[in-house]
Amino acid sequence: MRNDQYVIGVIVSNVSGVLSRVSGMFTRRGFNIDCLTVGETESPEFSRITVAFHGDDDIRNKILKQLEKLHDVKEVEVLDQKDTVIRELLLIKVRNSPNTRQDIMTAVEIFRSKIVDYSPTALICELTGETSKIDAFIELMKPYGIMEMCRTGIVAIERGNSCLKTSR
Amino acid sequence: MKVSGAKIVVEVLVEQGCDTVFGYPGGQVIDLFDELYLSRDRIKQILTADEQGAAHAADGFARATGKVGVCIATSGPGATNLVTGIATAGLDSVPLVAVTGNVSCDLIGRDSFQEVDIVGITMPVTKHNFIVKDIRELADTLRTAFKIAKSGRPGPVLVDIPKDVQQAVWDFEPKPDPVRPYPLSFASEIKLRKAAELINNSKRPYIYFGGGVISGKASAEIIKLADRIDAPLGSSLMGLSAVPADHPRFLGMSGMHGHYASSQAQKEADLVIAMGARFSDRSTEIGGERSYRLIHIDIDNAELDKNVISDIAIQGDIKDALYRLLPMLSETSRPEWSERITQLREKEAELLEREKHTRLPKNCGGCTVNCGRADMPESEKLAPYDIIDTISSFASENDIIVTDVGQHQMWTAQRYPFKKPRTFLTSGGLGTMGFGLGAAIGASSATGRRTILFTGDGSFGMDLNELATSVSQNTPLVIVVMNNGVLGMVRQMQTLFHGERYSNTTLCRKTDFVKVAEAFGAKGGRANNLDELSALAEEAFAYSGTYLIDCMIDCNEMVAFSDEA
Repeated sequence: MRNDQYVIGVIVSNVSGVLSRVSGMFTRRGFNIDCLTVGETESPEFSRITVAFHGDDDIRNKILKQLEKLHDVKEVEVLDQKDTVIRELLLIKVRNSPNTRQDIMTAVEIFRSKIVDYSPTALICELTGETSKIDAFIELMKPYGIMEMCRTGIVAIERGNSCLKTSR
Repeated sequence: MKVSGAKIVVEVLVEQGCDTVFGYPGGQVIDLFDELYLSRDRIKQILTADEQGAAHAADGFARATGKVGVCIATSGPGATNLVTGIATAGLDSVPLVAVTGNVSCDLIGRDSFQEVDIVGITMPVTKHNFIVKDIRELADTLRTAFKIAKSGRPGPVLVDIPKDVQQAVWDFEPKPDPVRPYPLSFASEIKLRKAAELINNSKRPYIYFGGGVISGKASAEIIKLADRIDAPLGSSLMGLSAVPADHPRFLGMSGMHGHYASSQAQKEADLVIAMGARFSDRSTEIGGERSYRLIHIDIDNAELDKNVISDIAIQGDIKDALYRLLPMLSETSRPEWSERITQLREKEAELLEREKHTRLPKNCGGCTVNCGRADMPESEKLAPYDIIDTISSFASENDIIVTDVGQHQMWTAQRYPFKKPRTFLTSGGLGTMGFGLGAAIGASSATGRRTILFTGDGSFGMDLNELATSVSQNTPLVIVVMNNGVLGMVRQMQTLFHGERYSNTTLCRKTDFVKVAEAFGAKGGRANNLDELSALAEEAFAYSGTYLIDCMIDCNEMVAFSDEA
């Protein structure tokens, strides 16, 4: 069985409970979510959910069909990862000490990250990028002592003219 | 016109064509029930014994008619009691609108008295659900609920209405007609052509249909299909009654407890044309290797390639798809295949005859009642098929047959000679013991027709409180309890797969169902043999109300599996 990552964009009605319905469908049908993000779209009537999951074509098709059945789901599309801008945001708090400060600064510069908070004992870096870049940066920070971190999960949008818009 | 939210609910129900509601009052639906009282000449209200009964009754109402069933319950325990009924309707694709009251909006989330998040609870078992916190959205939300319930593949929708929304006052604009369902999807022409090619080239086609043929009103079309391509018909449990059981092309239910010929024909086919069926885990050869090609037609796209991967998957209305498919098919006769079907039927009859003369194992599994039934000569025992044959000989083809869940359900499915669509109501997907009596009341109140409930002593123990309802409604109902003193379906698995360790399946209770019936105001009698059964049946079918026949059968009776007939 192939096990690829898929990223899908879902346009849903911006009503209360819609996130439960979408995530609940995954739980109920036994599909695993890698990450899920949700936010308002250019039209306040709709929200956009980006879901990433691993699976094969069969699982992908089942997920699409089950999502399409939900009353609040207006549009679903698998985003072609070659043709899609995918980003994730990381905030990571690392221990700050005179011995490691310079190394951290160098990494921050190379990764085009930003230091957004600084205290004598801790600093917070902000980084956006594709998942692999975020993973690499976290790996790099480990030896310096990660105090806490959070990442948003991915948001994704197709390149060029094509848009995920509701036709319903 | 400024009216209360409660009044809006009643007006929308009437507008949507609802003439009967099943329900149970409570603190958070007082306003709604007050309005129902004032509208009692427009909406019949059936008070059930509990809310689960109301949900099953609304479900039975919908199954018997195809209309949307409506049930009403109060918040908290009233609402949670609906859940099993809603899930039952959901898995069998039954259109249902459940209306629940809830605590006022300002009390929501504070663990108020009788507060539960019923929208959260029922999210995975409804087609969709709503909570209405704004009176301005109430009328249209209810209309949408009906629309969703009856569109495409039907299903249950719950609308939760807090008490303050029922009490609030707002403009109500009546609509002249019920909402129309969303437009149907129609089969793609290209796929139909491909399907026709497969069918025309097949040597041994088999038509397998499910409940979708009943809700899609396609009974006549599948018979035309079978005639045109000279193919046998078989069905899932939910498909039963779509075609007459004695139709010469119909081999009966296939699958785990299906007919031998039907299941075997499906295995030997080179092409299966499946319609309105979802290949549950009880259907033939699910998960195993199959040698046939598969055309799968269903209104619900998500059912295609869900449980079995098909060669041609067609989403669309079955009636339309068949109407367009038929002219593409060459009229063929397949004498070799017909000959094989005849052989399979003969083998089935032979196996059935052999089984009749197989002595049942004698094992009462720790039962201390010592009913002596296992030791009786076979000829004196009341056998399940004979019970069904006797009852059906008294019944008319318009009578609605309802079952609970267990051995009696499978015996009825295997044996009863159904004639017309929507005359067999059973909980196929969820397998809800305790479904039957409520559903029977709902079916009878919808149609005014006599209903026959086949149940077991296990299932009946779960829903017998609804006798109160059937007696007060004077429901023309014959209840046939196949009383074996055990939970037979589980027990039979314990016999076969668990070393005859009858863990918690031996009931042998002292419950006297005849006295129970009488206590509720119904009539009843006990049958130990066929003569007694005939005499009681005669009385039961002459009676206008509820009549219970307690049929004493051997606890060692088993439901046959299709692979051994």
